[in-house]
Amino acid sequence: MSPALLVEQLLNGLQLGVMLFLMSAGLTLIFGVMGLINLAHGSFYMVGAFACAAIAAATGSFWAGLAASLAGAAAAGVLVEVAIIRRLYDRDHLDQVLATFALILIFSEGTRWLFGSFPLYLDIPPLLQWAATLPGGLQYPVYRLAVIGLGVAVALGLFLLISRTRLGMRIRAGENDREMIAALGVDIRRLNTIVFALGAALAGLAGATVGALQSVQVGMGEPVLILAFVVIVIGGIGSVRGALLGALLVGLVDTAGRFFLPRIAGLFVPPAEAGLVGSGIASMLIYVVMALILALRPKGLFASHA
Amino acid sequence: MKTTTAALTALALLTGLGAAAADPLKIGMITTLSGPGAGLGIDTRDGFMLAVKQSGVTDVEVLVEDDGQKPELAVQIADKMIQSEDVGVLTGIVFSNLLMAVAPSVTAQDKFYVSTNAAPAALAGKGCNPLYFNAAYQNDNLHEAMGEYANRDHKTMFIMAPNYPAGKDSLTGFKRYYKGEIAGELYTQVGQTDYAAEIAQIRASGADGAFVFLPGGMGIAFMKQYAQSGSTVPVMGPGFSFSQDVLGAIGQAALGVKNSGQWAKDLDNPASKQFLEAFQAEYNRLPSIYAVQAYDAAQLILSAHKTAEPSDTEAFRAALLKADIQSPRGKFSFNTNQHPIQDIYLTEVVDENGTLTNHIVEKIFSDHGDAYAAECQM
Repeated sequence: MSPALLVEQLLNGLQLGVMLFLMSAGLTLIFGVMGLINLAHGSFYMVGAFACAAIAAATGSFWAGLAASLAGAAAAGVLVEVAIIRRLYDRDHLDQVLATFALILIFSEGTRWLFGSFPLYLDIPPLLQWAATLPGGLQYPVYRLAVIGLGVAVALGLFLLISRTRLGMRIRAGENDREMIAALGVDIRRLNTIVFALGAALAGLAGATVGALQSVQVGMGEPVLILAFVVIVIGGIGSVRGALLGALLVGLVDTAGRFFLPRIAGLFVPPAEAGLVGSGIASMLIYVVMALILALRPKGLFASHA
Repeated sequence: MKTTTAALTALALLTGLGAAAADPLKIGMITTLSGPGAGLGIDTRDGFMLAVKQSGVTDVEVLVEDDGQKPELAVQIADKMIQSEDVGVLTGIVFSNLLMAVAPSVTAQDKFYVSTNAAPAALAGKGCNPLYFNAAYQNDNLHEAMGEYANRDHKTMFIMAPNYPAGKDSLTGFKRYYKGEIAGELYTQVGQTDYAAEIAQIRASGADGAFVFLPGGMGIAFMKQYAQSGSTVPVMGPGFSFSQDVLGAIGQAALGVKNSGQWAKDLDNPASKQFLEAFQAEYNRLPSIYAVQAYDAAQLILSAHKTAEPSDTEAFRAALLKADIQSPRGKFSFNTNQHPIQDIYLTEVVDENGTLTNHIVEKIFSDHGDAYAAECQM
């Protein structure tokens, strides 16, 4: 096991982590400000990927597709918030879960109706289509490095937005006391729409960047949604800082598990079974970590006010 | 007036009786039409319906329902179709875990099941059943062919599949024929979309080839990421990883990849040419092997129905066993465990005027059965 391989896996873990952060930042913001459990967040991820693939295919430019993914997911977010989600803020979580689950089905079948059942083609831009040689002779895809960079930039941008701007101030105030800031004359309905659209746009961005690495297909959002929920539960629901830390933790633990556990299992059982045993344990590792963290800190790493 | 009504009622009853006498054959198709696996189900349905349409028969009714790739839903639909719709034959399931849930209950209720794709080892060996037929293959077959092919130029192989029954069948099948050294064996999560950790291990393993079974979206994700990784280890896989439904989404990264199949669009026989033309005319796309398999399943059921009703299980079974069809695959017959005996080819992904598809390179197995037939006692 060479140091280069370890560094490569570390980068892989980071890349998975920042991608999960893009997904979970919106999810946790929406929960923090509006108290809404949004199962349809994975649908915005899918909308972003499909918008990117469709526009990239039509224009030949990945970058136009990326812009379309932001715009498309944000537009879908605004539409859903104004038409449906707005009516759910005062209902209990079970109603929200039910309604947003219905939205998953509507988005999935709607996308299938528009784009068909077969996966779409979306490739990474030629500019990033090569492998860089890192110190130590390690070859690493530039696109994945760019995804890490994008994630860091978004994290920084969100931090500045929340801590330094008027909108951020309102978001923080909204997290603390919705009624009070409404009473103080802030248009809470508009704030809700903006936060929801922002969250959806981030999910769409994640969908587009990841869609280029993976496959753009109906139902692609749900597996990521489950991981994003693990992330925000670990990080503390409502905390963006917690989402960042949780995402990196999940990304690194998941990658390390897939890499190390089959090897460790190989020490105890015959090689033919080691792969099965190792990958079996690896697939539940992040849930074990989540359970441990919840046992020690029941509200997650960065519990917000509530 | 009253008499007229009475007469009309009697007439209606009589015509009702008449219709009952020539009951149409009801076929229940349960397949995956929503969710990530929907592409496979849609090809299955379309291939099947093409054969029904071409046959011109009018006394056949196909009920199609979506299982959403959920075993519990598939079982419910099967029970409903058998108990309230009175179907005689069921078919269409794509995924082995769903078939394992449905097939035993179907055969226990004295109905036929003709599989269009899923073919788990458990139903080919000790668990075989006179009412269960497989028109596709046995799960291991295409992997076995790649194992045989890998023997030629590869001394060490890295092998990888998802951690579920068909994934295990896959690597078992590959190893059954591959005689070289296994540099690494890895099971990934079902539905996994990021393969960076695995790709790093393939490169580090020192293998001179990688055999990868990742159907659907998993394969798309893997191939795209593999192409970017800068790895020079050649990838090969069974036809499922590189079938027509995913090639467009993988793009150029799939070009030149060797894989295996019982059919490819350039297979030279009249039935294949006719099928390819008709499928393209009807659906305006290229068929995948799933469509071919379903097309043959429909042909088999219809051919048996010419001589017998499914309610007469002995006669219908005997008629199915004859496999009296013109398969696009060419030679097709049933083994003792009612799974196909057929040729299996090495295929290669090529760019045909901008469309990626598979072309046949050579035949790997002639009249290939499966390893489980000997365990089947019927």
